[in-house]
Amino acid sequence: MKIPKRTRKILEKISNQKNLLRKLGFRTDTKPVYKSPQGLNTNIIEEISRQKAEPEWMLTLRKKALEIFFKKPLPLWGGDLSKINFDTLHYYIKPQDKIKTKWENVPKKIKETFDKLGIPQAERKFLAGTGAQFESEMIYHSLQKELKGKGVIFESTDTALKKYPKIFAEYFGKVVPVTDNKFAALNSAVWSGGSFIYVPKNTHVNLPLQTYFRINAERMGQFERTLIIADEGSSVHYIEGCSAPIYSTDSLHAAVVEIIVKKNARVQYTTIQNWSSNVYNLVTKRAFVYENAEMLWLDCNIGSRLTMKYPAIFLLGENAKGEIQSLAFAKENQHQDTGAKIFHSSSNTSSKIVAKSISKNNGRNSYRGLLKVSKGAKNTVSHVSCNALLVDENSRSDTYPTMKVEEESATVAHEATVSKISEEQLFYLMSRGLSEDEAVSMIVNGFATQIIKQLPMEYALELNRLIELEMTGRHER
Amino acid sequence: MDTLEIIALRAETNKTEILKGINLKIRSGEIHAIMGKNGSGKSTLCNVVMGHPKYKITEGKIKLNGKKIEKLPANKRANLGLFLAFQNPTEIQGVTLNNFLRLAKNTNAKAQNKKAKHISPSEFLQTISQSMDLLEMDKKLAGRSVNEGFSGGEKKRAEIMQMAVLKPRIALLDEIDSGLDIDALKTVAKAIKRLHKQTKCGILLITHYQRILNYITPDFVHIISNGKIIKSGDKKLAQKLEKHGYEKFVKEPA
Ligand SMILES: Nc1ncnc2c1ncn2[C@@H]1O[C@H](COP(=O)(O)OP(=O)(O)O)[C@@H](O)[C@H]1O
Ligand SMILES: [Mg+2]
Repeated sequence: MKIPKRTRKILEKISNQKNLLRKLGFRTDTKPVYKSPQGLNTNIIEEISRQKAEPEWMLTLRKKALEIFFKKPLPLWGGDLSKINFDTLHYYIKPQDKIKTKWENVPKKIKETFDKLGIPQAERKFLAGTGAQFESEMIYHSLQKELKGKGVIFESTDTALKKYPKIFAEYFGKVVPVTDNKFAALNSAVWSGGSFIYVPKNTHVNLPLQTYFRINAERMGQFERTLIIADEGSSVHYIEGCSAPIYSTDSLHAAVVEIIVKKNARVQYTTIQNWSSNVYNLVTKRAFVYENAEMLWLDCNIGSRLTMKYPAIFLLGENAKGEIQSLAFAKENQHQDTGAKIFHSSSNTSSKIVAKSISKNNGRNSYRGLLKVSKGAKNTVSHVSCNALLVDENSRSDTYPTMKVEEESATVAHEATVSKISEEQLFYLMSRGLSEDEAVSMIVNGFATQIIKQLPMEYALELNRLIELEMTGRHER
Repeated sequence: MDTLEIIALRAETNKTEILKGINLKIRSGEIHAIMGKNGSGKSTLCNVVMGHPKYKITEGKIKLNGKKIEKLPANKRANLGLFLAFQNPTEIQGVTLNNFLRLAKNTNAKAQNKKAKHISPSEFLQTISQSMDLLEMDKKLAGRSVNEGFSGGEKKRAEIMQMAVLKPRIALLDEIDSGLDIDALKTVAKAIKRLHKQTKCGILLITHYQRILNYITPDFVHIISNGKIIKSGDKKLAQKLEKHGYEKFVKEPA
């Protein structure tokens, strides 16, 4: 179906506006206490480790990881990585000397940044714990007293290494080993900040924990490391948000997230990624899920120049469940190469993948999925559904699903659709009085609803508005 | 008093002419029935009058209260009080009937009067609830995606329910009776009559069968064939048509 000329004109008009960036793209004028020189070498690694006063084993791990990073070639699949200039990036920027537990102690300029992003407000309203990372370091961290009393740990990953060395060493790098891929190696070499969560047995964290990641400096590399351990019978929902001002030069965000969901536990990990369009976002996310436990990745990718991210779930115990639900939005100069990986390694495990993408104004979405059922994992059930919406004719969407099923008892359902905004739907809504741009944004929001409605209400509304903004070019209602 | 005038209207799609000179004038309070065989151009007439971008008007005019509207996009026509109940209402995933109709109601009100009060979600819930009662609809449908998974009958009821909420000045009802069982037909007809009495709107009632005319008495009946109105009369014409079939009228042009 052809897109009417008027729709195209409206979309062109909208795409020239940088509404979102106006809201999130402000720069904060603040001097870091330390900024590593451009480029990457052993000296920089040593300096990071020295400044953090780390144990020897971590420095050794970092050095080994750096070697692997240098050795591994850039992946030839996925998006175009050839334009990243690794020699011009700053790999470590320390914004202040110590992490704070009260907002009033955070340097004024940095606090203002998070005020503008609505973080302290969200903390008061609906979060059980809050972290805020500025450049390479967490500058703020808090957790409700009651949860601390129950033994819940929610700290910056750096703090956790110092305070809980045993449990840290037991799990760090076990889900995503240093050797996993080039960017996991890079992260392991220069990691800084990120969240560390431990939820004790049978403990439920009823409100979400959230960390917000902000890149502020130009040519910045942000490499946080997140580790979540949900002990038997526990549950937790973690949310991450992120944004950055736009620069004409590129920045790099390469995070590693490792999650361990023990027997009967449940973890939800929600991402609202809204990097500016000069950020390369190359993230490794993986969860080990044991007997009768549940993992849900809810992954929304709105920003960045290129995102390559395929949250993975290893179903390692019987009756384990995994879900990966994602929404990707790509507009001009954006490529969202996202997907999902599920490994059924045990019997009676089940999984669900729902991937939705919206492409507009030359934006490009790719879905890359892997579903594997290992021999001996009996009676597994998997459902994969990928839906792409093309808002105009210039946009692009590709699907690369891979299935490796080694078990006859496996039930696998797969469904993929690509659709355009239909003229009939537009006419229907317009015949009731909605303007064309209102109708388009309604249809796009409707398409995304299945994913959006699973977000906490505040974020669902935010994301609805974001899509509306993108479609109508209107600021606020 | 509102008047919709369709003057010597010719329209085509994909280079095929479908409407071949239609003349029609509908005033507030009047009910015009248009009857015709499948493929005679009834839906096309509705779509063209409502402003479907798929059709191109090659000749003629459409006026609402003297103002030419044939170049306006569909939403501007709706803002002026025009409404179309679709023969095959389209499904829209994830857009709830309630949300979209509230936005439509507010947008129309704003277009008609800049100072119009914004209807809040809770106020609107009452409006839509009353309209759904009028059509004897399950309230749950308001929270579901527009027409998605609705039965044929539910879709038709939902169309008239939307008419009840939006209160148009002139309503085009395209085969609102098709696919309805007799009870549903009675409910829908009753609702249309009620709205007509309440709002004094003008109605263009498109139908394939004369069955619905047993419940809604038209002031005028027109027979359309091959993109032209070939005969007009009063309600007796519909009865004649029922008796003798379309062929008779097609063979002896008015
Ligand atoms: N989009 C279209 N492209 C080509 N032909 C069309 C299109 N829409 C309608 N027509 C043709 O126009 C004629 C009238 O159709 P329609 O208005 O739907 O008739 P009715 O509603 O009276 O059954 C039919 O011959 C139909 O095939
Ligand atoms: Mg028809």
